[in-house]
Amino acid sequence: MSAEPSVASSSTPATQHKKTTRGGTRHFTEGGPVKKDGIQQAKTEGKELTKEEKQRLRKEKKQQKKSKEKKDEKASQESEKEKKPVSSASPASQPPTQPITPKAPSAVPTLVPVPASETPAPADKPAKSKAEMKAERRARQEAERASKQGKKGEVGQQAAPGKPKAPPSELQPVVKRLPEHVQVDNPEVLKKLAKKLERQQIPLRSDYGYKVSLFSHLHQYSRKAPLTQQLSIPSTVIHPAIVRLGLQYSQGIVAGSNARSVALLHAFKQVIRDYTTPPNEELSRDLPNQFNFLNQCRPLSASMGNAIKYIKKEISNIPSQCKEEEAKSKLLNCIDRYIDEKINLAAKAIAKSSIEKISDGDVILVYGCSSLVNHILCEAFEKNRKFRVIVVDSRPRLEGREALRRLVQRGISCTYVLISAVSYILPEVSKVFLGAHALLANGYVMSRVGTSQIALVAKAFNVPVLVCCETYKFCERVQTDSFVSNELDDPDDLIVTRKGKTQLEHWQEVPSLGLLNLVYDVTPPDFVDLVITDLGMIPCTSVPVVLRVKNVDQ
Amino acid sequence: LDQHLVEYFRAQMMKDPDMASAVAAIRTLLEFLKRDKGETILGLRESLTWATDCLTGVDSSVAVSSGGELFLRFISLTSLEHQDLSRCKKVMEERGELFLEKISMSRTKVAKLCHTFIKDGAKILTHSYSRVVLRVMEKAAAEKKRFSVYVTESQPDSAGRQMAEALRKLNVPVTVVLDAAVGYVLEKVDLVIVGAEGVVESGGIINKIGTYQMALCSKAHNKPFYVVAESFKFVRLYPLNQQDVPDKFKYKADTLKTVQNLSEEHPMIDYTPPSLITLLFTDLGVLTPSAVSDELIKLYL
Repeated sequence: MSAEPSVASSSTPATQHKKTTRGGTRHFTEGGPVKKDGIQQAKTEGKELTKEEKQRLRKEKKQQKKSKEKKDEKASQESEKEKKPVSSASPASQPPTQPITPKAPSAVPTLVPVPASETPAPADKPAKSKAEMKAERRARQEAERASKQGKKGEVGQQAAPGKPKAPPSELQPVVKRLPEHVQVDNPEVLKKLAKKLERQQIPLRSDYGYKVSLFSHLHQYSRKAPLTQQLSIPSTVIHPAIVRLGLQYSQGIVAGSNARSVALLHAFKQVIRDYTTPPNEELSRDLPNQFNFLNQCRPLSASMGNAIKYIKKEISNIPSQCKEEEAKSKLLNCIDRYIDEKINLAAKAIAKSSIEKISDGDVILVYGCSSLVNHILCEAFEKNRKFRVIVVDSRPRLEGREALRRLVQRGISCTYVLISAVSYILPEVSKVFLGAHALLANGYVMSRVGTSQIALVAKAFNVPVLVCCETYKFCERVQTDSFVSNELDDPDDLIVTRKGKTQLEHWQEVPSLGLLNLVYDVTPPDFVDLVITDLGMIPCTSVPVVLRVKNVDQ
Repeated sequence: LDQHLVEYFRAQMMKDPDMASAVAAIRTLLEFLKRDKGETILGLRESLTWATDCLTGVDSSVAVSSGGELFLRFISLTSLEHQDLSRCKKVMEERGELFLEKISMSRTKVAKLCHTFIKDGAKILTHSYSRVVLRVMEKAAAEKKRFSVYVTESQPDSAGRQMAEALRKLNVPVTVVLDAAVGYVLEKVDLVIVGAEGVVESGGIINKIGTYQMALCSKAHNKPFYVVAESFKFVRLYPLNQQDVPDKFKYKADTLKTVQNLSEEHPMIDYTPPSLITLLFTDLGVLTPSAVSDELIKLYL
């Protein structure tokens, strides 16, 4: 299975699109021709381009796209400007773009790769005076406002706050955008997402069923309609290992944050092995497509986000003179080391610290199936600690059964209850061990839904609550409630057949009925007594300290 | 060898009864370092650890073990790359002297920070005999503040009476109350100040038995509960509840050595969780309990 997505199509899907729609014509910007010639020469001579040249090349491709649509723009400003605000609509989706293109200064914000490539190379652009740029922007905004009155709801809403990716010398306040996965009820965001995915040849997954109004800003997919059915075979952009991974995620075959991260890293090792760098591009250009595909299958978790950041950093750290084989093996080693250090060794360190907290005669309560907590309990049992475990479980996932199976196999005496009985069983409990999906920067613990309930009841009974979490799951996000950002699972999971009757079978036909299958919830730090990490035992409020120390290290 | 050690330690304690036992321990360790005839750095470290254990055998308070560990960390937190062992030792000795100097000033620093929280006309409740609290009150009295103090008797060793004596010498009006009368007297007081034998990672404290009760009552009455402690008392424990505190700190050193069945002995200390503490005054500054972990990470890592 050695599909080479990048080589098969072209350097990037973006360039491919440009070529097909423009029919090979090249539009030169004023400041461009000289540099362009240099790069053309390099290409024809077959030399390896340096990083700056690659960046410039990329930038110019984007400028071409923009300036083509900006031909009717104010001519006076064109000579100065190299960065033009333009509807960055994919040329493929013609009908919606037609009304937009004549409206010259529609400042739909450019996509993520653009500012990344534009901002780090200000040296390439001719120096612009602040006054000129201000005048440009003001004129742009005036025209926007005028055209907005004429056409409603066509232009991106970001026109009003001005260009969010303003030139670096800008004094405008930085506009923070919400991530798109929590703006599902905003049709413009959806449209942009659809265009982006279409350009990357990733099918867009459609929402399913009636969503409870409080959560209408989140996606809700059905497991019966996996994304892979809409994928063309063979997929030219997504590596087969990633397709398989995405399917495993969406069907719930691979579940649990550690398992998902490790599976992701292994799949990427496969991608890297099969990847061949086309002459002018780099691996990091292709990665966003793969991640976007995975995101469509199942939203990425915080731990996966951190792993991806690490991969991207490692890729960008590879010196450009490095030969491909060497670079690949280096990357593979880095990934192996990451898995080893952050997951396996961390689990050992956490188990060592936790064993001190487990004394003989303890009654330990666990919730759901956390690989880390199971590991800790098994280790403690090996070290001959005498304790028993109460496993609390909840519908619809019933993950506690898996934990129960694993613990009983080792010989640990266990009790199994459902979450509704937790206040009944808590007077017997001496400690509560919980796993975490992520630890947020304000000390909140994000974990499987039901965790915060258990922590609350434990606090009411004065039972210490210990959260076990590796440091690679710490994320910079801040969240104080479970509504803002969450994951909605398939609502059909809640349907159950008892005594031959399936009550909720036709829930879609009842207009006022909504089924809610939440996946995560956040627990405030006041309910958590101790967090055990591979760096040691810290109180929940010290998570930002660890994040700070980690950032300093990097 | 350990006899010399213990004797030196006791001599130091006798010389200056006002000095914290941890400071005496650190002096002893410094002396031990100077006299040590070890050949390797690792050997030196091991013998220092052994010496600390010896001293905890004499005085089992938390502060002695934490002070010893911090001393060891401080002196080795420098580049010991010199080829010559004696040069390394000299560096370590200099660091040791520096450490000792810093901590001798710590009580004064704490007093300077804390006395401003004692307003004119305040009624203060304190527990047992604490030299740091005494120093704070000395400073406040020197600033011409008028305040009165309630001290608990603090059984089983009636250390509270010692505190009352010392306060009378400062001309501070003081009343000795029973340990059981804490709830009764709390409505009259404005603030509660206690010392600490050890400050744990969670931000809680380990102190003479009865402190936890006092903290609970002040929480119920909404009175501020202040703790004054020097930074060498920060220790890397994380107790979840009273039972989780290791036995070696709970009882006096002689008790640990002689008595067979510890469950019949009464513990001398208890653990106060951070949720009951308003502020901690240390020579590192005025900290909230959650900031203690931050400071500990800086101190120990």
